[in-house]
Amino acid sequence: MRFYTTSVGKKIVMAISGFIVFGFVVIHLVGNLQIFFGPETLNRYAEMLQGLGGALWLFRALLLLSIVLHIVAATQVTLQSWQARPKGYAVTRYRTTSYAARTMRWGGPLIALFVVYHILHLTTGGLHPRPAGFISQAGGTINVYNNVVYGFQIWWTSALYIIAILALCLHLYHGVSSMMQSVGLNHPRWNQWRRFAAVFFSLFVAAAGVSIPLAVLLGLVQPV
Amino acid sequence: MNYTLKVWRQARPSEKGKLVSYSAHGISSEASFLEMLDIVNERLLEKGEEPIAFDHDCREGICGMCGSVVNGYAHGHQRGTTLCQLHMREFSDGSTIIIEPLRAKAFPLIKDLVVDRSAFDKIIAAGGFISIRAGSAPDGNAIPVAKEMAERAMDAAACIGCGACVAACPNASAMLFTSAKLAQLGLLPQGQVERDSRAREMVRAMEDAGFGACSNHGECEAVCPKEISTNFIAFLNRDFIVSSMK
Ligand code: HEM
Ligand code: FES
Repeated sequence: MRFYTTSVGKKIVMAISGFIVFGFVVIHLVGNLQIFFGPETLNRYAEMLQGLGGALWLFRALLLLSIVLHIVAATQVTLQSWQARPKGYAVTRYRTTSYAARTMRWGGPLIALFVVYHILHLTTGGLHPRPAGFISQAGGTINVYNNVVYGFQIWWTSALYIIAILALCLHLYHGVSSMMQSVGLNHPRWNQWRRFAAVFFSLFVAAAGVSIPLAVLLGLVQPV
Repeated sequence: MNYTLKVWRQARPSEKGKLVSYSAHGISSEASFLEMLDIVNERLLEKGEEPIAFDHDCREGICGMCGSVVNGYAHGHQRGTTLCQLHMREFSDGSTIIIEPLRAKAFPLIKDLVVDRSAFDKIIAAGGFISIRAGSAPDGNAIPVAKEMAERAMDAAACIGCGACVAACPNASAMLFTSAKLAQLGLLPQGQVERDSRAREMVRAMEDAGFGACSNHGECEAVCPKEISTNFIAFLNRDFIVSSMK
């Protein structure tokens, strides 16, 4: 594994694993937007996913593997870079780097914590003050729609989601263009599309992710 | 023109250095940055003090020897310019100028503003060459090269190896330098024989020297006196992937 012993190899692993998780996030949010089509649509979608059985677990395993690889590689390259400049400057000025690029190492762990909370909150339903009406999966009938609505009616839960989604939006704004560069997808002729993809996908994630808790808080989406 | 300098002084690697203030008064606005340092040094010598050590050679922007971090910018605030080509008229009269060495673990400090950039030589030695019979000059168009390729190779070859990219990188990464030195050969037919081993060996040498990991901030390109593009970093990544799959 000489490939992985280099930072270049680690960044390629981060790019591919990041891309897998990014792809999941986008599809996951598109799926979740079905909440705006009403309880039947969202619950049918949830039942369909649950019905996947083995395939669902295979997919979850791939996702978990990607997240682990992404975090391990991110931690390693970060430590390498911190060690590469033991003595800093009295004055540092930046010209082009973005806020998003400089906060990758803070946004990442924040998102990881959120993912844990999110799974405990809406997937397993444990470790959370469960509002009246909330049904855990162990309870039998799945009413994902109501669970989401009751969950987001707690204002601080919604606030946590919104903060995490905005952190994710920043992370992806740099991440999407960065991952293309890391795997060598760069050409002067397409670079404006790279920037477009970064803006488009990060804004989509922000808009989709914020819209759901916000709609519940505003009472636009009601439990059934 | 009058300036207040704050210069990093450190007599030897083992010593703990510090920023020391000097007054640089009566400097011509037409003086280059290095000429200004020469004047300050002459005055220090007259007072029997140790002059400020700094690297320089050609003073015409082509050798890559000069380059300190001036007010937070490698080679100073003027884009696409080496420090030797920066003139004092670019600094407002009465201003304070902070001068620090290029900082990276892979560039150990020797004295004051002078650092050891031989890590770059090791990267070149690892793969920045082609193995050809170096006889008499070959015929001009014996090997056809597409115009776009020739131009991109020339753009990469503009790198003078000054190390500003490393100094400006928040990660102290040497990816811009390494990728330019790799691409100037890999883009041309003559560079194809060692293309795979070049990617592996140059990256290996770069890692061994203790540079950081590129995270695509783009600061390197922004300070590069030759304005080398980060497109070459993607080129390196691509070559590295291809070489790893073989
Ligand atoms: C939903 C979760 C996440 C997604 C979709 C995601 C996606 C990405 C992508 C696509 C990249 C660009 C890779 C490249 O530069 O080639 C990236 C970079 C990065 N990610 Fe994540 N990531 C996620 C979670 C995390 C977590 C939990 C961490 C925690 C440590 C993290 C830390 C980083 C860091 C530090 C970088 C930048 C590394 C660098 O440029 O040096 N990410 N991420
Ligand atoms: S002294 Fe040669 S480039 Fe500045």
